[in-house]
Amino acid sequence: MDYLVRFAQLHETFRRPEIEACATIAGVDIEIITYNEYSPYCVVRLPDEAAARAVAKRSILIKDIFELWGEGTNYEELHADVHRRTQHRWDDYNAVPFKFTVDYFAGTRSQVKKGEIIRSFSYMGFKGPIRLTNPDEEFFVMEEYIDDYEVSVTGVSRTEDPRKIYLSRKIADSCREDVLKYDLKKRRYISTTSMDAELSLITANMALAAPGKLFFDPFVGTGSFIVAASHFGALTLGADIDGRSFRGKEIGKLGIYENFDQYGLKSKFVDTFTSDLTNTPLRRTAVLDGIVCDPPYGVREGLRVLGNRKGKPAVNVIIDGVPAYLRPGFVPPKKPYGFEALQNDVLNFAVRSLVPNGRLSMWMPTTNDEKTEFPVPMHQNLEIVSISVQHFNTWSRRLITYRRLPEGQLSDITLARKKIDDQGTSADDLNAFRRMHMLRGHGTRVGKDQKTTE
Amino acid sequence: MKVITANFVTCAVKECKTSPASFPLHFNDAELEQQELDFQPEFIRNILPRIDWEALRTISNELGFPSLPESKPEEEALNNEQTLKDLHRLLLETHVTEGKLTCGNCGHSYMIKEGIANFLLPSHLV
Repeated sequence: MDYLVRFAQLHETFRRPEIEACATIAGVDIEIITYNEYSPYCVVRLPDEAAARAVAKRSILIKDIFELWGEGTNYEELHADVHRRTQHRWDDYNAVPFKFTVDYFAGTRSQVKKGEIIRSFSYMGFKGPIRLTNPDEEFFVMEEYIDDYEVSVTGVSRTEDPRKIYLSRKIADSCREDVLKYDLKKRRYISTTSMDAELSLITANMALAAPGKLFFDPFVGTGSFIVAASHFGALTLGADIDGRSFRGKEIGKLGIYENFDQYGLKSKFVDTFTSDLTNTPLRRTAVLDGIVCDPPYGVREGLRVLGNRKGKPAVNVIIDGVPAYLRPGFVPPKKPYGFEALQNDVLNFAVRSLVPNGRLSMWMPTTNDEKTEFPVPMHQNLEIVSISVQHFNTWSRRLITYRRLPEGQLSDITLARKKIDDQGTSADDLNAFRRMHMLRGHGTRVGKDQKTTE
Repeated sequence: MKVITANFVTCAVKECKTSPASFPLHFNDAELEQQELDFQPEFIRNILPRIDWEALRTISNELGFPSLPESKPEEEALNNEQTLKDLHRLLLETHVTEGKLTCGNCGHSYMIKEGIANFLLPSHLV
């Protein structure tokens, strides 16, 4: 059966990967029949209505899903298609209370014209009472026009008439309203780097969060990703090199746990601990169903791992006969670390820790300049499932989703640029992204690390 | 720190990772707390195959709980609700609020404070 998806018209490159992930979670096959990046309408093929409901129920970027009754580039074509697809079903609906709505994207119609459009379908013979609130069945005529954004990008000219028209019967709403529930403005514990609710929920979807699963965020911060994964039923663990980030300032309260409490997810919270991914305490064995993370870029938050800066010798300092690290308030030294090295550490960690077919959904920043774009990190035991991009003014960030391949399967990584990190010891030396981002138009600059270590 | 997490972590020192003596880390001076949670049998069924049963028995003993059966419950036994509830209670509802976790290989101890374990290493162990 063909179904019509109505998407939210934003985060365009996330939309297809997200509905594919939602279909995987629901355990159904999905085929995308028509998709246009400039349009909210998308036709998909799914086994049945239950499958359509299940996919929509998990999706953040779908608004709602409909059974497709006909499509065309004008009304003549549409009516012909409606006859062809659904004539045999009109009788089933001829007595049910119903509602008929004319909806449009980037266009408008007068009330009179809408009435004319609705009456043009009178051949279907629906005699049931028209009910505007709580109808048993809701039919939609959807007209798609060309919007200004597409005109500005592609240079096509706007047309008077719709480019595409659909007739459809509504099946279900998505879970898009959950975005409001998790709005950061209403969340108890956040920081400047908390990921927004919508993208966190999408990230959890890409990684296939679901009841019974165990998820982990090695850079947990205030817990945006693990809260989202737990919303979809996964039990979650988090770690951070800076324990203050998930503890918060309030004495006797665990900041991140306040969020689980707020959303009624206390039973989904497993633990948070202080650790460094590069020196992780997790065993080298497959225990995780999913990893969701936004590793530090070294711009707003430091990109550091354990160790001494600039070749300072690693000695066990003894103060008053007690090793310094056993004294209260000891803060282990940390050193700047490479941007690509950290991403490779995440990939290697994922290969060791994910169960077969488990997923890693990782954010990474890049520039908007194609010449200096950062390569997508690859690993032969990980298959790239999808890459989505969110653009900002001077930079972009990508959400890359990987699948842990079962033993014996390898992915093709010949496209991966074997790249070693830049040489050096300071954050600026090591981190090309940080350089691009911070030094834009400023020439060279003395970094904090140089100042403090020289 | 919950008992389940203790089954997933070992010593953060790289050289210890390959030593059998480094896992499980041993609890010292552990203060325990029980917290009632929603019963989630599907999680226990999913996670149990990934649990190191010997390590769980060791830790359960160290924390002073009655002995666990010698072998891990499998297949039929996982349909027994009481078995799942007991495991749920031990793995997810029991946590250590204060104490230490010590590596049996290098002897390094990790502190647990207010339920949070700190696995950061001083630089001479990195």
